[in-house]
Amino acid sequence: MIRAFKTLVLRDTKLAIRVGGGAGMAVFFFLTVIAIVPLGIGPNLKLLGSIAPGMLWVALLLSALLTLDRLFQADFEDGSLDLLMTGALPLELVAAAKALSHWLTTGLPLVVAAPLLGLLLNLETSAFGPLILAMLIGTPALSFLGAIGAALTVSVRRGGLLASLLVIPFYIPVLIFGVGAAGGGGVSAVPGAGGQSLALLGAVALVSLVLGPVAAAAALRANLR
Amino acid sequence: MAGMSELTASQRFQAFANPARFMALSDRLLPLSAVVTALLLGTGLYLSLFASPADYQQGETVRIMYIHVPSAWLAMFGYMVMAGSSAVALIFRHPLADIAAKSAAPIGAAFTFLALVTGSLWGRPMWGTWWVWDARLTSMLILFFLYLGYMALWATIEEPVRAGRAAAVLALVGSINVPIIHYSVVWWNTLHQPASVFRIGGPAIATSMLMPLLIMALGFTLFFVTLLLLRMRAEILRRRVRVLRLARTER
Repeated sequence: MIRAFKTLVLRDTKLAIRVGGGAGMAVFFFLTVIAIVPLGIGPNLKLLGSIAPGMLWVALLLSALLTLDRLFQADFEDGSLDLLMTGALPLELVAAAKALSHWLTTGLPLVVAAPLLGLLLNLETSAFGPLILAMLIGTPALSFLGAIGAALTVSVRRGGLLASLLVIPFYIPVLIFGVGAAGGGGVSAVPGAGGQSLALLGAVALVSLVLGPVAAAAALRANLR
Repeated sequence: MAGMSELTASQRFQAFANPARFMALSDRLLPLSAVVTALLLGTGLYLSLFASPADYQQGETVRIMYIHVPSAWLAMFGYMVMAGSSAVALIFRHPLADIAAKSAAPIGAAFTFLALVTGSLWGRPMWGTWWVWDARLTSMLILFFLYLGYMALWATIEEPVRAGRAAAVLALVGSINVPIIHYSVVWWNTLHQPASVFRIGGPAIATSMLMPLLIMALGFTLFFVTLLLLRMRAEILRRRVRVLRLARTER
C-alpha cells in the first residue's frame, strides 16, 4: 500500500511538472495579484508594509484556489479515477496522495515565491522568517482542504469557481491563523501571540490532513456512482 | 395508523420513508402548524413590541433583540437540521432525508441573513458601527457563505441523487462552524455580547424580557417547520415532474 501511495504521488507530480500550467501559472497569478495591490491602494510604503502579511496570505489563497480543479478533473475525464476507485489503495489515500502532490507542485513554489513578493510589499525584515514558516505549515492545509472542494465539483464541467466558493469558508481559519503567525493583523502587538497563532495553524493543518482526504473520498464516491 | 403498533421501530422509520405517505401526513400537519405559528408570532410580536419593558440602558432599541436573537438561533438550528438530515441521508439512505436537507437550506440562509441585517441595524445605534469584524459576526457570515455554497452545489449538479450525496458531504464538513459560532464569544475577545440565555448558571435576562424572547423563538421555530414542510412537498412534486418529463422524452 505504501508503494502504491508513493507511485501515485510520483505519477501526479510528474504529470503536473510535464503538462505544466499548474505551478507556473499559480506563481504568476500570485505575482500579478501582489503587483496590483500597490496600484490599487497607493504606493505608501508604510501602509503596504503593515498590510503585507495579510495581502500575501490572501493572494496565496487565491492562487491555490485557481489550481484546485486540476486535482481530480483530468483523471475523472479520462476514466483513471474510476480505476483508482476500484484499485488496491483506499480512496482516502488516493485523495491524500493527490493532495500531497498538489502541495509539492503548487504549494511549495508559492511559498518559495512569497518572500520575493514580500519585498514588493515592503514586508518587515523580521517578518520574513515567521511568514515562510507559517506558509510552509499552512499550504498543506490549503491543498488538503481544497481537495474537498475539488472532489465535490469533479462531475461539474467548469466547476472551478464553484469549488473555490465551497472551499473558501474552510480556508478562513488557515488565513486568520496564518496571518497571525506571520505577525500581521495586529497580532504582533501582543507578545507570544504569533507563536499561539502558529500552533493553532499547525492544529488546523493536522486536522486537514485527516478531514480533507476522508471528506474528499466521500464526495468522490457520491459523484462517481 | 392501523397496524403501526405491530411494527418494530426501524420498520416504522421505514414507513415514513415513503414520499406518498409523507405527502399525506404533511397535508394534515401543515394547516395546524401554520395556525400555531401565526398565534405564537402574533402573541410574541405583541409582547415584544408593546407589552415588554424598554431596557434601562438601550431604551426602545432593545426591541430589535426579539427579532435578532431568534433569527440567529434559527440560523444555527437550520444548519443543524441540514447537517442532521445530511447525516441520515448518507448513513441510512433515507429517501426523504436529502429532500429535507435541500429544503431547509434556503430557510436557514434567510434566517442567517435576517440575523446579520437586524444585528447591523441594532449595532449602528448601540456600537456606533454597521459592522465589525469580531469572531461572532465573522463566523455568522461564514455560516451564510456555507449555506450559499450548499445551495449552489445543489443547483449545479443535475442528477438529484448524486447532488444530494455531494451536498450531504459538504453540509457535514461545514457543521464544524456551528459550535465555533456559539463559543466564539467565549474563546475570543469580541464586541458582541456573551451568551445571556444558553449559559451555565441560567439565563441572565429578566423574565419580563425572557418570556417574549422565548415565545418569539418558538414562533420562529414553528415558522421554520411550516416552511420546511411546504418546501419538502414542493420538492417531492418537482421530482415527480422531472421523472415524468424524462419518461416522456424517452418515448
